Amino acid sequence: MTEPTTMNSTPDPSHLPDHDSVYDGLLGSDDSHWAFGTDFEDPLAGVDTTVPDGVDHHDLAVYCLMVADDALVMSQRLSQWCSNAPDLEEDVALANIALDLLGQARLLLARAAAADPTVVPTMPAGSPVPPEDALAFFRDHRDFRNVRLVETDNGDFAVTMARLLLFSTWRLALFQRLAVSRDHVLSAVAVKGVKEMTYHRDYAGRWFLTLARGTEESRRRLVAGLAATWPMRAELFTAHDVEQRVAAAGVGVDPSTVADEVDVLLEQVFGLSGIARPDIAPLAGVQHRTGRHGLHTESFSRLLAEMQVVARAHPMGTW
Amino acid sequence: MATATVARSARLDRARQVAASVTDPEMPMLTLEDLGVLRDVELTEEGRVVATITPTYSGCPAMATMRDDLVRRLQDAGFGAEVRVSLHPAWSSDWITPRGRQTLADHGLSAPGPAPRHDGPIPLSFLPTRRSLTCPRCGSAEVEVTSEFGPTACRALYRCTTCLEPFEHVKEI
Repeated sequence: MTEPTTMNSTPDPSHLPDHDSVYDGLLGSDDSHWAFGTDFEDPLAGVDTTVPDGVDHHDLAVYCLMVADDALVMSQRLSQWCSNAPDLEEDVALANIALDLLGQARLLLARAAAADPTVVPTMPAGSPVPPEDALAFFRDHRDFRNVRLVETDNGDFAVTMARLLLFSTWRLALFQRLAVSRDHVLSAVAVKGVKEMTYHRDYAGRWFLTLARGTEESRRRLVAGLAATWPMRAELFTAHDVEQRVAAAGVGVDPSTVADEVDVLLEQVFGLSGIARPDIAPLAGVQHRTGRHGLHTESFSRLLAEMQVVARAHPMGTW
Repeated sequence: MATATVARSARLDRARQVAASVTDPEMPMLTLEDLGVLRDVELTEEGRVVATITPTYSGCPAMATMRDDLVRRLQDAGFGAEVRVSLHPAWSSDWITPRGRQTLADHGLSAPGPAPRHDGPIPLSFLPTRRSLTCPRCGSAEVEVTSEFGPTACRALYRCTTCLEPFEHVKEI
């Protein structure tokens, strides 16, 4: 394409000086800009993925899956708000937050596959599906290592905001510590993620306060939303064996070490909002197995089915 | 020998010029250099061009397009080229060049202020981010934030309360 062809029925925009500026850059630039999403790229292409000394490759891969799955599943839940949020601004905000988390998940899944290729599901011979997609779309529920907080149903907007506050406060605290990981990829993802999630946490905190101090109805829904979310809180600060080992090796973070910091921040939000800290028992595991061990709730199966169905129908597909 | 060095240096200059002229797919009035995404352009011993780019946001969907555009434009100019992604140091809006900021303003977008820096815990902020900025359309300082999240990951939505027009602000990060 050299010049855009003007059809007879289309008004010539050249006499509309007020309206041409928006399109100048688009029409005058590269044709290739119109070909979004036609090509696969390795998100870690050109990045040094050497595993640091003294770190078990499989442990590092499983840890990356944990941190990736938290982001991937939370992203999928937030994406379900697309076209359903209370207004357009919240629709755009939730989609933006979901996109940031999806970006983190892609890098971390690719990092898991690079650290230990045995964690990647076996695909049919000749399948063009890259490792990050095989991990996202071809693992069964018991192989997902996300905390259960991120997988339960969205509920109403207040439930989603209570969950996002808890999630982003926790993950931001983890990432601030992960920023000094000996693993270059984890460290880089964390440094970037801290900047992004500062916006996410502020967003959730402001909405928490707004709903709490809004109307009787918004407050009622927020209190109910927090109560629905709270049972999944304890799991966030319970370290899995793999988390303890990678923390000892200087590449990961033991989540129990961020509990106090997260509590202080939540108390601050609760105090300003006039909301009492819930006194609700944690959701039990099964023989001490929880999300990090691959034990999930019923709603997770439906989420995975929706997320994976198209990819699984086309294991030889190129996207 | 000296001639070869001069030729190599000229070739590198030319490769840098070509790479620096490639534009951002989502804000095509900006070059990747103006945006601070293009970090480095080098020649290998064999004379191939290696361009290094850094994503603005982890989920930036434009990275693949940026890479393809760089490779294609460099190939068109006669260079064998590859693109490397550098995740560290993380991109900051402080890397947008003065020319890039002017270009943003010329296109009705408000340029970012200094990126926040934190040593130690990051405080939770309950009030809208305070930025001193002016409406890129009428110049009024009477503006209000509509949303911290906009049409792309790097932009926030604002409204001017003087001329009542909405505008976008490139976020500090």
